[in-house]
Amino acid sequence: MILTRVALGIGLLFVVSLVIFWATELLPGDLATQLLGQSATPETVAALRAQLGLNDPAPLRYWNWLTGALTGDFGMSMGNGRPISDLIAARLGNTVFLALYAAALSVPISLILGILAALWRNSFFDRAANAGALTAISFPEFFVAYILVLWLAQTGLFPSMVRINPTTGLAERLYMTFLPALTLTLVVTAHMMRMTRAAIINLMASPYIEMARLKGMSPLRVVLRHALPNALAPIINVIALNLAYLITGVVVVEVVFVYPGLGQLMVDAVSNRDIAVVQAVALIFAAAYVALNLIADVLSTITNPRLMHRR
Amino acid sequence: MGFATSVALGLAGLFAIAWLMRAGARAMFAGSARAIAHDMPLTAAFGILVIGVYAAVAIAAPALAPFPEREIVGGQFQAWSAAHPLGTDRIGRDMLSRLIYGARNTVGIAFATTALAFVVGAVLGLWAALVGGWLDQGLSRFVDALMAIPALIFSLLLLTIFGTSVITLILVIAAVDATRVFRLARAVAQGIVVMDYIEAAKLRGEGSWFLIRREILPNAMAPLVAEFGLRFCFVFLSISSLSFLGLGIQPPTADWGSMVKDNATLITFGDVTPLLPAGCIALLTVAVNFVVDWQLHRASGLKEQ
Amino acid sequence: MAREILLKIEGLRIEGRAGDGWTEIVKGIDLTLHKGEVLGLIGESGAGKSTVGLAAMGFARDGCRITGGSIMFDGIDLRTAPEPQRRALRGARIAYVAQSAAASFNPAHKLIDQYCEAPVIHAVMDRARAEHDAIDLYRRMQLPNPEDIGFRYPHQVSGGQLQRAMTAMAMACRPDLIIFDEPTTALDVTTQIEVLAAIRDIVRQFDTAAIYITHDLAVVAQAADRIKVLLRGQEVEEAPTRTMLAAPREDYTRSLWAVRSFARPEQPPPTDAPILSVRNVTAAYGKVAVLEDVSFDIHPGRTIAIVGESGSGKSTAARVITGLLPPKSGAVLFEGKPLPPALKGRKRDQLRQVQMIYQMADTALNPKLRLRELIGRPAQMYLGLEGKALETRVRDLLDLIELDPDTYIDRLPGELSGGQKQRIGIARALAAEPKVIICDEVTSALDQIVQEGILKLLTRLQDEFRLAYMFITHDLATVRAIADDVVVMQKGRVIEQGPKARMFTPPHEPYTELLLSSVPEMDPDWLTRLLDRRAALPG
Repeated sequence: MILTRVALGIGLLFVVSLVIFWATELLPGDLATQLLGQSATPETVAALRAQLGLNDPAPLRYWNWLTGALTGDFGMSMGNGRPISDLIAARLGNTVFLALYAAALSVPISLILGILAALWRNSFFDRAANAGALTAISFPEFFVAYILVLWLAQTGLFPSMVRINPTTGLAERLYMTFLPALTLTLVVTAHMMRMTRAAIINLMASPYIEMARLKGMSPLRVVLRHALPNALAPIINVIALNLAYLITGVVVVEVVFVYPGLGQLMVDAVSNRDIAVVQAVALIFAAAYVALNLIADVLSTITNPRLMHRR
Repeated sequence: MGFATSVALGLAGLFAIAWLMRAGARAMFAGSARAIAHDMPLTAAFGILVIGVYAAVAIAAPALAPFPEREIVGGQFQAWSAAHPLGTDRIGRDMLSRLIYGARNTVGIAFATTALAFVVGAVLGLWAALVGGWLDQGLSRFVDALMAIPALIFSLLLLTIFGTSVITLILVIAAVDATRVFRLARAVAQGIVVMDYIEAAKLRGEGSWFLIRREILPNAMAPLVAEFGLRFCFVFLSISSLSFLGLGIQPPTADWGSMVKDNATLITFGDVTPLLPAGCIALLTVAVNFVVDWQLHRASGLKEQ
Repeated sequence: MAREILLKIEGLRIEGRAGDGWTEIVKGIDLTLHKGEVLGLIGESGAGKSTVGLAAMGFARDGCRITGGSIMFDGIDLRTAPEPQRRALRGARIAYVAQSAAASFNPAHKLIDQYCEAPVIHAVMDRARAEHDAIDLYRRMQLPNPEDIGFRYPHQVSGGQLQRAMTAMAMACRPDLIIFDEPTTALDVTTQIEVLAAIRDIVRQFDTAAIYITHDLAVVAQAADRIKVLLRGQEVEEAPTRTMLAAPREDYTRSLWAVRSFARPEQPPPTDAPILSVRNVTAAYGKVAVLEDVSFDIHPGRTIAIVGESGSGKSTAARVITGLLPPKSGAVLFEGKPLPPALKGRKRDQLRQVQMIYQMADTALNPKLRLRELIGRPAQMYLGLEGKALETRVRDLLDLIELDPDTYIDRLPGELSGGQKQRIGIARALAAEPKVIICDEVTSALDQIVQEGILKLLTRLQDEFRLAYMFITHDLATVRAIADDVVVMQKGRVIEQGPKARMFTPPHEPYTELLLSSVPEMDPDWLTRLLDRRAALPG
């Protein structure tokens, strides 16, 4: 059961890598010519083709790329000729740190707000939380980011640009990255809160919840013992979906705060049309995304007796 | 914060106008139109008003804008003045005029993209649900694979390959979004095709086109309209984000996302001007979301009866 | 006989939220229940019987509020008592058994954990004793493997067993009162008997008072000492069970068993050739066989009833006839000539001859189309009617089903009552001018009195147009009322078939016997007699 899910996930990842690789095959014209410009001599183009392995048939190049990627070797950047793995290594940690920071803030806040809004449905709190969430969802990330900058960085409370290096200590790091993390938190919390609320409301309408109340169980016990075990699967999915959303969210936020992460790297690579770097970063983002969804699936299978205990 | 006060006053004014319009609609219309106006929450009335204003500005942009879209008419980063109510930008173009033209460019491109994504995704989704079998399996697995790559990342990948022109931007975003529309349309239609009235129509000998047009589509309309609103917001925000990253709509076309990016330096000096285009984006998205929320609520309320 | 009063409800009024305002759904009900007594609460949908049942626990569903009256349970006013006090009563002294046990058991916990919850939390007994007690009750409820069944999850147990496990759970604290809310409605007839008998026995064994809510008078007659009839939130009448059955005072009460008294006159045996024949049909969904060697004939002007429980293959037979499921072998003959097996291969005129009416008119009519198009489309498609001629035809059809054309022609299905929707389903079938109409449980979703109207209409139309009906149903009362021929099916096979008169007189095949004897009769001693008779049978 779980093994099939994992196998499916790996299969999906494989297909995704295929899509990412094949996308570059759609590139109009010759990659080497494009890199060197129209004025390049045929000899230099040929030399570059050989160097990039462009003369190999596509399946072989895919195989080389994939096996390389699995061992951490993504080839050379076309922009500055440095190994892509070096570029990524320096930034991957930063991006993961930021995403985890935002997740640590947003997951508890949004679950609590979502559950409260569901329990106090149609109350003033619920309406206010909903209107607030709807507004936050509607704001572009950079708008939220700049409002925070205007409000919190202008007064000198927090830095508007993130200057960190590998030696920066944890407390310093948390302080420096507070604004980007807060931006992400605001955006993701709104989504997560709304979804949590909907899942809980859906659940509280079930006949077995009414049954528990008619057995004389206290409201707290109804929620903790009867609603929560069944809410785990939807909540896990909500969290996974939003952590996955964080992955794309970091791109814009990193640019606003000049944060040295993968998103920044990818945006620069896209501007320079540095296809090898774009491919590598896209693969990493997609892999994280697939992995998150896979973990969510496995966890919700484990928490569902209907799937764990067959008839 | 005189600026924050004026923004708050402006929003309050819009709400007041929306309230008046709703009251007017309740008084003037009769029958079902009046019933709709009666249930309409103030937020939805506000949303409709804002969408109307944006549409009007987009259409009448050349008449409303005091200066041409792309002409340099003054110094760099001039402050707000009588001649340039919102000052000038990084290379001396009139901010207000560009903001007005932005309504046409940014909203227009987002709308065209959504419409394209919608037509492709919805038709394929309804068709897959109706026909089922191999066609459905094939399309669904293909869409699953595409959706396993985060939307923004996939768009960036495709834009790297095809370059950043308006046409590729529309096609790329539409392709990425069509997958999401496909999923929803298919799910909605799957709920409908199991209904007995579809079986009855099949037994009558109706063809696929009749089934989609007369039996499925009228019943899928409410969720699809709501989805169109949500998709528009999503596309609009994606395009703005890409433009903000410098990878979307390219200069010298006036566009809200890239206007924020170009003039962002002012923010560090406490000037709010670069936030105005971002505010325009946010206001429209909020407005559409308000209307969509109301529609979804209406659709679910009708179902309960 | 009259023992101490346990529950006394006076002038109960309950409102439900409707759009912006509130409407009254229970309009001043009085109810008295003595210790150890069983009160049957019956009524059609919307009568407010479940709402009253829940109010007896001092409970109102979300979107409902109790606005008047008093609910005195053993000296405690449940309306004014503080919530913790009410909570202490629920599950301990007043318990509840819901209609759908499958939905009312929490899917995340094992049955025995859910059993033990109330006794342990209400501090009636400790966990070990509760578990021991549960197994004892499971045995008394005649559940298979009483030692183990509690350690399963709800989805691992069948519907009839779950309903018994839920009754056992309600018994856990030995309450003074149990509310049974349609406990057997969702079950097949043969299962219904077993559950009904188990409920009756356990309530008597522990001398528990009960309120038994149902829409089926014959069912409640087996268990209740007194019966109260409700209609739209008001009491119609109340009487001891035997009095009520022997001499109901009100017309409305009599109408509740109207369908059982309606009968189509006996038809002479068929003389002409069958219009439609099913010949040795075997069919399967993938590898799962659902029909095996099924044959029967349908004659013009006659009604054939296909009878069986869920999973017997009766609906599949209809799918084979209409071409939705091509058979693996065998054939369907129309006027002696074989029909192409698959829907796609059939000609328009072949499709026209066999029409279908569905169980749920709600899902069988496209909610976005007006009656004009719903009824007009078949006439337009098959008979090529357009414009004025089509309009006239639609109006004629509305007249036929006794709906005023001027009022109804431009309505949407949502603007009709359940019975009217089913009439539209009939009109749509008639519009094609067919020779055979398949009726799939067409009355089972309707209230009794509406059922009677639909059956009368169908009978009238049959005589007028010499229609052949194939009636798929699990309701033997309907079969008695209108069928000419009967086919009994079980697990995809035909067990027995023949004219109605022969089918309803013994001797029967064992399964037919079981099916026939399981239909509750309007006789309070019926269940007792049946159980005695079955107990006397060897094996």
